[in-house]
Amino acid sequence: MASLELRNVVKRYKSQTVLDNLSLSVADGETLVLFGPSGAGKTVLLRLVAGVIDPDEGKIFIGGEDMTDLDAEFRGVGMAFQNFALFPHMTAFDNIATPLQAKRSSQGAMKAGVESVAKLLKIGHVLSHKPRALSNGQKQRTALARALVGSPPVLLLDDPLRNVDAKLRFEMRLELPRLLADRGATVVYVTQDYKEAMALGDRIAVMSQGVIKQLGTPEQIYREPANIEIARLFGDPTINLLDVKPSRDAKGIYVGLSNVQVHLTGAYDATVGRDCVIGLRPEALRFVDEGTPAAIPVTVEAETPLNEKIVTLVRTVRGREILVSRPAGTPGQTEGRANIAVDGKSALLFDRASGDRIGSKNVVNLRSGEAA
Amino acid sequence: MEHTSLLERILRGIALTLVVVFFMFPIVWILMMSFQTNETILRIPPQLVFKPTLANYTALITGKLTTAAGTLDIAFMRNLWNSVFLSVTSVAVALLLGVPAAYAFARHKFRGSEDIAFTLLSFRFAPALLVLLPLTLYFQKLGLANTYIGLIWVYQLICLPLILWIVRGYFEDIPADIEYAYRIAGHSWFATFRKIALPLAGPGIAAAGLLAFIFAWNNFIFALVLASADKQPVTVGALAFITSSGIQYGQISAAIVLSITPTLALALYAQRYLVEGLSLGAVKG
Repeated sequence: MASLELRNVVKRYKSQTVLDNLSLSVADGETLVLFGPSGAGKTVLLRLVAGVIDPDEGKIFIGGEDMTDLDAEFRGVGMAFQNFALFPHMTAFDNIATPLQAKRSSQGAMKAGVESVAKLLKIGHVLSHKPRALSNGQKQRTALARALVGSPPVLLLDDPLRNVDAKLRFEMRLELPRLLADRGATVVYVTQDYKEAMALGDRIAVMSQGVIKQLGTPEQIYREPANIEIARLFGDPTINLLDVKPSRDAKGIYVGLSNVQVHLTGAYDATVGRDCVIGLRPEALRFVDEGTPAAIPVTVEAETPLNEKIVTLVRTVRGREILVSRPAGTPGQTEGRANIAVDGKSALLFDRASGDRIGSKNVVNLRSGEAA
Repeated sequence: MEHTSLLERILRGIALTLVVVFFMFPIVWILMMSFQTNETILRIPPQLVFKPTLANYTALITGKLTTAAGTLDIAFMRNLWNSVFLSVTSVAVALLLGVPAAYAFARHKFRGSEDIAFTLLSFRFAPALLVLLPLTLYFQKLGLANTYIGLIWVYQLICLPLILWIVRGYFEDIPADIEYAYRIAGHSWFATFRKIALPLAGPGIAAAGLLAFIFAWNNFIFALVLASADKQPVTVGALAFITSSGIQYGQISAAIVLSITPTLALALYAQRYLVEGLSLGAVKG
């Protein structure tokens, strides 16, 4: 098994800097999720680690060894591609067997190796098929099997669930963590799906425009997002963001929401009088009876029952729209006038100009790399 | 479902027949001529009904041409062999050199790579006659005039650019990720070239090879100037039928039939392959 480290890696294409002085380390056996929009540099980062492209600056270490100048075939990593990249002229069996072939395994060992990983991924019955005859889900599993079969110490998975249907994606999201844990490999997993990121990652690195904006556990990213952008990307329904200007009274710092003073807990002293954005997770809002202190009067606009939760769109007296989420089966207002209460502890406050969260300790120092 | 009226089908049939007759007429006429003697060929008006003779073919195969002025030795079978040998070897050499070069041009953008690739293509722009004079002088100095090696070398002007450019398109069409995946699995770049790139570009390589073969086979001018009788292909050898006692139309026709048979057979056999292969390379975005 092996740890993985990137040190001050820079990658440019023509005049465009795709990775900007990026440093990152992944502990032995850890699953790190690279999350971010297209063009953030996630795939480039994986390819640098795999050795199919070279960095312009910086070093890459696998298991403590400098691999920067080593060709892909000597790095001993396994990789699954977003577009599967199966060899179209080979059967699924031969596809999966390629890493074993490269190790000059015996025929018997090869057969045993392929069959055991195929059984694990439930594709044992299609091993004799060419990729063209496989369904998308089978292709994806074949690609995954090929990455896993050689038991590489480092596994790079480039959005492997991107091109499969929703049902299979859901299944794989449940299966993958166990599968990866069993292997004990160090995993770098790229995804654009926040649920996948939350489900699979020991830690999540949120990337944007070639830099890591935040690095932390799924819990940290969700509870303490470094900026508005990250807060918006994680969470379904999306976080409510309202423009506010905090003030101070005897009880502390508060923001005015529909003329109701909502007191915030946290070190927000410096925010008084500044233009801010308050972030309220839909599940941190509750319907309350009229007359409850600090209750905000709203009008219910629409209600969307999802399986496990009910999302209600409400409108405040000032006309701002807010989403409220509550577990299915719990009481709530379905129409007409209602009152909601805000949990001041879970509210997030962002600086409106920069978008950074106020009081965030978790922002990565963009130049020096490592997260706090 | 597409419904076509009877009239439409009849008209379509007539149109198709006209096209086929127009294009097939010369070949059919030559085929008919090859079974006639010079006298029946030159009769006016031409006759569609005649007594077929195999004399032309016998003359070609035995190499004895009987004319009014006496018996003449012709090297037609030798020429046919030269054509086969020159075309096959040229295409083989061009494939050996061109396919790896095409791969390099497709996968590695190095300084000046586009310029080199274009220069190779530009060989096809130059009129052959323009190149031939200096080439003849050089070949005489180098001792390459009238040698198979010299001819095969010159034939690369025809085959190499063709193969290079067609096959390059095919290599570019293979997603780089597929090759990366093989490298990451632990294989060298050469193994990747052999086991992934070559098989996947196979149809393109076959199509390019076939096309190059046809071009090489049909070449006339290079061999006319650079080779003497015993090294000349059929295209040049056919000149021998213009004798002092007149043009031997019958033998020429028989020679044409014999010399187009290999390429025709090859083209018919690989027709689907050829069209598919060439158009696949062409529609690439």
